[in-house]
Amino acid sequence: MKSLLKMTWMEAKLYLREPVPAFFTLVFPLLYLFLFGIISGNEPTPQFGGLRTIDASIPGLTAVIICITGLMSTTMTMSIYRENGILRRLRTTPVNPLVVLAAQVIVVFVMTALGMLLLIAAGMLVYHVTFEGDAFSLLGGFTLSSLSFFALGFILAGIMPTARSAWVVGMVLLYPMMLLSGAFFTVDILPAAVRKVSAFIPLTYVVNLLRGLWTGQPWGDHLLDIGVLAGMLVLGVIVSVKTFRWE
Amino acid sequence: MDAIVQVEGLRKVYGATVAVDEVSFEVREGEIFGMVGPNGAGKTTTIECLEGLRKPDAGTVRVLGVDPQRDGQTLREHAGMQLQQSNLPDRMKVWEALDLYASFYSKAADWKVLLLQLGLEEKRNAPFSKLSGGQKQRLFIALALLPDPQLVFLDELTTGLDPQARHAIWDLVRDVRLRGKTVLLTTHFMEEAERLCDRVAILDHGRIVALDTPAALIHSLKAEERVIFNLDGGLSTELERALSTVGRLEVQGGQVTVHAQNGRKVPLVSEVVSMLTGQGIAFRDLRTEQPNLEDVFLSLTGREMRE
Repeated sequence: MKSLLKMTWMEAKLYLREPVPAFFTLVFPLLYLFLFGIISGNEPTPQFGGLRTIDASIPGLTAVIICITGLMSTTMTMSIYRENGILRRLRTTPVNPLVVLAAQVIVVFVMTALGMLLLIAAGMLVYHVTFEGDAFSLLGGFTLSSLSFFALGFILAGIMPTARSAWVVGMVLLYPMMLLSGAFFTVDILPAAVRKVSAFIPLTYVVNLLRGLWTGQPWGDHLLDIGVLAGMLVLGVIVSVKTFRWE
Repeated sequence: MDAIVQVEGLRKVYGATVAVDEVSFEVREGEIFGMVGPNGAGKTTTIECLEGLRKPDAGTVRVLGVDPQRDGQTLREHAGMQLQQSNLPDRMKVWEALDLYASFYSKAADWKVLLLQLGLEEKRNAPFSKLSGGQKQRLFIALALLPDPQLVFLDELTTGLDPQARHAIWDLVRDVRLRGKTVLLTTHFMEEAERLCDRVAILDHGRIVALDTPAALIHSLKAEERVIFNLDGGLSTELERALSTVGRLEVQGGQVTVHAQNGRKVPLVSEVVSMLTGQGIAFRDLRTEQPNLEDVFLSLTGREMRE
C-alpha cells in the first residue's frame, strides 16, 4: 500500500514534468473549446439536435482527452519504461507488477478527469453552460470510457515491439478516431459510407455515451455504448495481462 | 564459511546457442566473488539465472538458501541487484528514486544515509538524465543497498566509465564488503577482477575454465616474470655470472633485464636486489613485470581478452 501511494505520487509528478502530455490533456482541449466558442458562438444548433455548440463540445472534447490519454499517455509510458529498462530495474525489487500498472492507471485517470473538470469549469464560467444530467451517471460513464481506452493503450504497449512503433500506431489510430467519432462534429454531416466506418470506431461509443449522459439521458438509452466499452475493457485487461513483458 | 550462493551444473540455452553450460561454483559469505570473461562468455546469463530473472534449462541454483525461480520474492527482499542495462525515468530525481525504491522493502535501509555514503548528497535534486555515468552507477549501487542486503549482485558495474570513476567505484565496492555484505560481480576487465575480487571464476564460451584467487591463478600459470633495471657503470663479469644463476639475462646498453619463471619460492626481485646491494652496485629505475590475469586468460583460452 505504501509503495502504491509513493509510486502513484511519483508518476503524477513525472506526468506533470513532461510538458507534452500535460499540454494535450489539460490545455489543448480548452483551446478547442474556446475555438468552437469563437466559431459557432453558444447558440443552439440543428447539428447537435438543438443543443448549443458548447454543451455538445464538453462531452465531445472529454472523449478526445480520453482518446489521447488512452492511446498516447498509457501506451508511451509503458513502452518507454520497458524499452529503457525501467521495468527491468523494478523487476529486481519485491514490488508487485500490479502496483506499477495501478499507479499508471490512477495517474492517467486523475489527469483525464482533471482535463474534463477544466472543460466544465471553463464552459460554466465563460459560456454559462448548465449541466442537466446526473453527476454520478456522468462519472460512471466517464470512468468506464476511460478505463476501456486505457486498456486499449496497454494492449498497444504490449503488442508493439518498440516505443517508436507504438507511437506511430497510436498516432495513426488517434486522428481518424477523433475525426470520425463525432467528437468535434456530428457524424451526420459525413457521407453515408464514412458514417458506416464510425460504427467501428471505439471512440464513437464514448462520444455517444458521454453526450447522452451530459444532457441527462438515462443509462438505459445507451446499452449498446456501455456493452461495447465494457467488452473492450474486459478484452483489454485479458490481452494486456497476456502480453505484459518486463523487457 | 557458509555458501551464500550454490550453483550446480547450470545450463542455459537460447535457441541453438548454449549460453551457459555445466557451470558450478559457490560464493562464500563475506567475499567478493568475480565472474570474468569476454563479452558473450555467459557471465550476465549466469548472474541473471541467480537473480531469478532467467529460468535455467538445467542444474540447481540456490541463493541465500532459496531457489530463485520458486522463491523470487524472498530473494528480491534480501538481495540487492544492479543490472547491466537498466534505467530510471529521465525526470526522476535522485532522492525521489531512493525514496520510491525504499518503499518496496519491508525493512529498507535509511536512504538518506546511503545518499551521503555514496557521495550523492549534492546531486540529491538532480534528475536522472543529468547524472554522469559514474553518478548513475553510484545511484544504482545505492538502490542495490536499499534492502540492506546480505548479497549484492553487480553486473558490469564499471563498463563505460573513465578510469577515475572506475577507481572510485572500486573503493565503494570494497566498502560494501567491509559492511559484511557478500558481493557477486561480473566484469570483462581483468584488472578489475584482479584488484577487487577475493576469488575469480574465468568464463569462456559458457563454461568456467578456472576458479581460484587471482594470486593463485597467476601463480599456477607457467609464465615469465621480469626484473628490469639500469646500471651506470655497465655490467661486471662477476655480477653477470651471479645473475645468470637466477634467470636469463638480456643486456641493452645500460639496461639489464632478468627473465625467470614465475611462482618461485623467493621472489625474483628480492634475489636480484640482494645481489646488487651485496656487491655494492648502484642501480636505477628498477621495476618488475609480472604476469596478470590477462595472461592467465590468454594461456587458458589461447585468445586475447580485449573486446
